[in-house]
Amino acid sequence: MASAVMNMITAALDWVTVIFDAPLARAVVFGVHIDGHLVVEVLLVAVILFQLTRKSYKPPKKPLTEKEIDDLCEEWVPEPLHPPITEEMKAEPPILESAAGPHTVIDGKEVVNFASANYLGLLGNEKIADSCISSLEKYGVGSCGPRGFYGTIDVHLDCETRIAKFMGTPDSILYSYGISTIFSVIPAFCKKGDIIVVDEGVHWGVQNGLYLSRSTVVYFKHNDMASLESTLEKLTRENKRAEKIRRYIVVEAIYQNSGQIAPLNEIVRLKEKYRFRVILDESHSFGVLGNSGRGLAEYYGVPIEKIDIITAGMGNALATDGGFCTGSVRVVDHQRLSSSGYVFSASLPPYLASAAISAVNYLEDNPSVLTQLRSNIDLLWKGLSDIPGLAIASHPLSPIVYLKLKKSTGSSKSDLELLNVITDRVLKEDSVFIVSTKRSVLDKCRLPVGIRLFVSAGHSETDIHKVCDSLRRVAALVLV
Amino acid sequence: MTLRLLLPPLPAIPPVAVPREVRRMVRLTYLTALTTFFGYILLIAFGVLRDLVRKLLDWFKSDDLKGYAPICPPFEDFYTRRIYHRIQDCFGRPIASAADAWIDVVERHSNDNDKTLRRTSNTSRCLNLGSYNYLGFAAGDRYCTPRVVESLKKYASGTCSARADAGTTKLHIELEELVARFVGKPAAITFGMGYVTNSSIIPALVGEEGLIVSDSFNHNSIINGARASGATVQVFRHNSPSHLEEVLREQIVKGQPGAHTPWKKILVIVEGIYSMEGEFCKLPEIVAICKKYKAYVYLDEAHSIGAVGKSGRGVCELLGVDPADVDIMMGTFTKSFGSCGGYIAASEEIIQHLKHGCPAHLYATSMSPPAVQQAISAIKVVLGEDGSNRGAKKLARIRESSNYFRSELKKMGFVVLGDNDSPVMAIMLYNLAKLPAFSRACLRQNVAVVIVGYPATPVLLARARICISASHTREDLIKGLKVISEVGGLVGAKCLPAEPEKAKKMD
Repeated sequence: MASAVMNMITAALDWVTVIFDAPLARAVVFGVHIDGHLVVEVLLVAVILFQLTRKSYKPPKKPLTEKEIDDLCEEWVPEPLHPPITEEMKAEPPILESAAGPHTVIDGKEVVNFASANYLGLLGNEKIADSCISSLEKYGVGSCGPRGFYGTIDVHLDCETRIAKFMGTPDSILYSYGISTIFSVIPAFCKKGDIIVVDEGVHWGVQNGLYLSRSTVVYFKHNDMASLESTLEKLTRENKRAEKIRRYIVVEAIYQNSGQIAPLNEIVRLKEKYRFRVILDESHSFGVLGNSGRGLAEYYGVPIEKIDIITAGMGNALATDGGFCTGSVRVVDHQRLSSSGYVFSASLPPYLASAAISAVNYLEDNPSVLTQLRSNIDLLWKGLSDIPGLAIASHPLSPIVYLKLKKSTGSSKSDLELLNVITDRVLKEDSVFIVSTKRSVLDKCRLPVGIRLFVSAGHSETDIHKVCDSLRRVAALVLV
Repeated sequence: MTLRLLLPPLPAIPPVAVPREVRRMVRLTYLTALTTFFGYILLIAFGVLRDLVRKLLDWFKSDDLKGYAPICPPFEDFYTRRIYHRIQDCFGRPIASAADAWIDVVERHSNDNDKTLRRTSNTSRCLNLGSYNYLGFAAGDRYCTPRVVESLKKYASGTCSARADAGTTKLHIELEELVARFVGKPAAITFGMGYVTNSSIIPALVGEEGLIVSDSFNHNSIINGARASGATVQVFRHNSPSHLEEVLREQIVKGQPGAHTPWKKILVIVEGIYSMEGEFCKLPEIVAICKKYKAYVYLDEAHSIGAVGKSGRGVCELLGVDPADVDIMMGTFTKSFGSCGGYIAASEEIIQHLKHGCPAHLYATSMSPPAVQQAISAIKVVLGEDGSNRGAKKLARIRESSNYFRSELKKMGFVVLGDNDSPVMAIMLYNLAKLPAFSRACLRQNVAVVIVGYPATPVLLARARICISASHTREDLIKGLKVISEVGGLVGAKCLPAEPEKAKKMD
C-alpha cells in the first residue's frame, strides 16, 4: 500500500518537473530568464491581488427600524424599585424621648440604655453642652459650604490641632460624618493595581471604600494572625513587582461586628517584615483603650509613627458626630484635595467640632473615666458568664460586649429572629434596652449574628446587675 | 542613567473637548480657548522642569522609603503640587464667624511661597458671596436658635448610635413626616450627611443587573453611588432630553453587556440645580421621556429645595411637575435650611425597603438632634407654620435679589451662566491666571468670592461662582456689583459688549 502511494507521488513529481523543464519555459523576456516557477509565482500573486480587490463578506446586518425599537421598548417591563415588603421589614426601632444616656425614656417609661455607644458617658455632660451652646449662638448650626469654599471655620482648625496633639501625630483632618471617613480615605490612597489585605470582619464602610478604590482586595480570616501571615507571604512571594506598588493592610482596632481586638504588635511586626502599610480604623477604640484613651497603639505600646493612617469616627466615645484621620503630614495633606468625602461635602457643623474639643479636653483631664469603664466591663462579664444559651464572644477589654447563641439554629435569618424576640422581651418586660446585630443586604460580612451591649462609664452597678438578671431570665424562657 | 529615568512621568492629559452646545452656552471663542490652553501648557512645562530639577537634586539623597512604594506617586499629585499650590490661598479660607451675609475672613500668611499657610489673628469683614446660605438660616435665627438650644439640653449633642439601634428620637420622626409633607411625597427618611445619602441609597436601589443613566454634570456623590452599586452607568449629554431618549432606546434594545438579557431596571439621575452652572434641569421633558420608557427618575435637589419655587418646594413646583411623577426625590438640609444632613422622599414601600436594607440607616450614627431641630424649625418658617410670613418674604427676597444681580452682571458685559430665578450664577473667566487675580483683588476690597477650576469644571471653563442669600440687602448687592465690575474690568472678564447706561445717554 505504502509503496503504491510512493510510486504515485514520484510519478506526479516527475510530471511537474517535466512541465517546468518544458521548452516554453526557457523563453527569455527582456533579458530575464523565465523559469517555470516564475510563471507559478506570478499566477499566485495575480490570484492574491484579485482576492484583495473583492469586497469582504459580511453577513448582512439589518438595522432595526424605528417601529421595531418602539415595539421592543413597549415590551420591556422593569422590576419595581423595591423588593416585596415583608412583615419583618416593617419593624420600627424604639423611639427615644430623651437623651441617649445610660438611662433614657422610651414610650414614657424609663429604661436602662445599653444600646448607645456612649462609652465615656459624655452625652449630657455640662461642660460639653455649654461649649455647644456658645458655639451655636456664635456660628449657627450648619457651616453652609465645603471646606474649600468658606466652610472652614476656625473651630475646625482648632479641633484638628487638638486631636493631633492628643494623638501625638503631626496633623489631622476632620470629616463631617463618621462612616464617610473610612470610605473616603481608602480610595484616596489606593488606586487600581494596588494590593489591600483586609480582615473579613470589617464593617460596611470599609467594604465600600475597598470597592470604590478598585484595588486588588484579599481577605484573611477574622483576627487570625497566622492567616494574615500566610496571605502576606503568598502575595509577596508570587509577585516580583510587589516592590513598586502600594500595599496596605486594613484592620479595625475593635471590630464592631464581633467585639474582637486586633493584635497590633503582631500586625506591626508583619507589616515591617513584608513592607506593607497599615490603615487602622479606631472608631470604637479611640477614647477607650490605653491608659489615657489614645487608642490601640498606646494599649500595645507601639509608637504611633509606625501606623501609617489612623481613622476614627467621633460618634462613639466623643459623643459628637463626624470623623478624623491622622498620620504623617504627607498623608493628611494629600487628603485635602483628593479625598472625595472631604472636598465635595459640606464641613462638620461647628458646634460638633467644639463638642469634640471639649470631649478631648475632658478625657485628658479625667483619665479616671477609663478605669470606671473598664471596671463596668469586668462587672458585666462576670454577670453574663452564666446566661443559658448565650456565650460572650468578644474580647474582655472591648466595650462592645457581644453575645452569641451557643447553638445556632442553622441560618443567620432564624438566629436573628430568635435574638430579636429576646431583645424585644427584655425591653418590654424589664425596661432594659439592648440591640441585636443589624445586617444590610449590601454587607458582605459573614460573621455570626448576636446581641450587642454597649457599656458606658456612666452605667452604675445596679444597671449592670439589672441587665444581667433580665437576660438570664428571658434567655431561659426563650432559648431553653 | 538614561534620559527616560531622568524625566519625570508626565501627568495624564485631562479631557479638553467641550461639546458644541456647552461651547455656545459659555461663548467660548477660539482665541479664548487658545490662550487658556497656552496658559496651561506653560504651567505644565514649568512644573515638569521643576520636577526635573528636584529629581536631580534628590538623586544623591538617601532613599528613606526602605522598600516601600511612595504613598503618593509623584505623577498623581502633579496638578496639586505644581499648579494648585500656586493659587492655594484662594481656597480653604478660614472664617471666624457664622457663614452669614458678612463674614470675618481670617488672614493667612506664608513663609514659603504659598506652600504652607499659617493663620494669623487678624480678620477682615467681607461680603460673603460664596456660602450656600440661600434662605439666610446660617447665622442665629430668632425662631430657630432658641428651639435648637432647647433640643440640645433635652437630647444632648448626639445619639452615639445608628438609627436602627438607639438613634431614633421623636425629633427624627417629626422631621421625616415634615419633609414628606413639605416635598409632597408619602414618606421620607433622613441621614446625617448629604454625600452619604447618595452614596448608600443608589446601591440599595439598583444592583448589578440594572442600568443607571446619569447627566454628565452630576455631582461626585452621585458618581460614587452609581459606581458602588455595580450597575452599568451610561452618561447622557448635559440637560439634553433628546440625547437621553436616544440613550434609553439604544440601551433597552441592546440589553445587558455580554448576554444581552434585558435590564432589570433603569434609573435616570438628574439634579434640580447644577451647582457649577446655576441652571435648572429640563425636568418636565425628562419626566415625560422616563414615563414613556418606564425608567425611574431620581431627582437630586441639594441646591434647589427651599430656594426656588413659589413656596420653596423646589424645581417640581417651579417647573410644574407633579411630585408623584418623580420616583425618588433627594435633598439636603445644608444649603437652604442651615443645618446638615440629607433626606430621601419616595413612596411608603421604597422608604420601608431603605429603612430595612440601606447601610447608612443601619450602621451610621444618626443625625445630631440639634441639627434635626434646626431643619424642623427652618422648614416650619418656610411653610409659614411659625406664625409669621418670614418664609414667604425670604423666598421673594432671594428671587428678586438673584434676578437683579444676574441682570446687572449681564449688563456690565460679563458672560454669566444661570437661569432666571436661580440663586446660583457663574461668571466665566476661562483663563487660569484670571482666577487668582479675580479672587485676590476682590478680597482686598472686602468681597469674598469663590473661584472654581479644573477638576470641578471642564479644563477650559474656569469660573467664579456667586451664591445669593436672602440675608443680602440691596446695599450689599450694590457694593458687590461695584467691586466685581471694577475687578472684572481689570482682569479682562468683560467679554461681551456692555449695555450703555441709558441715564447717561439722555444728557
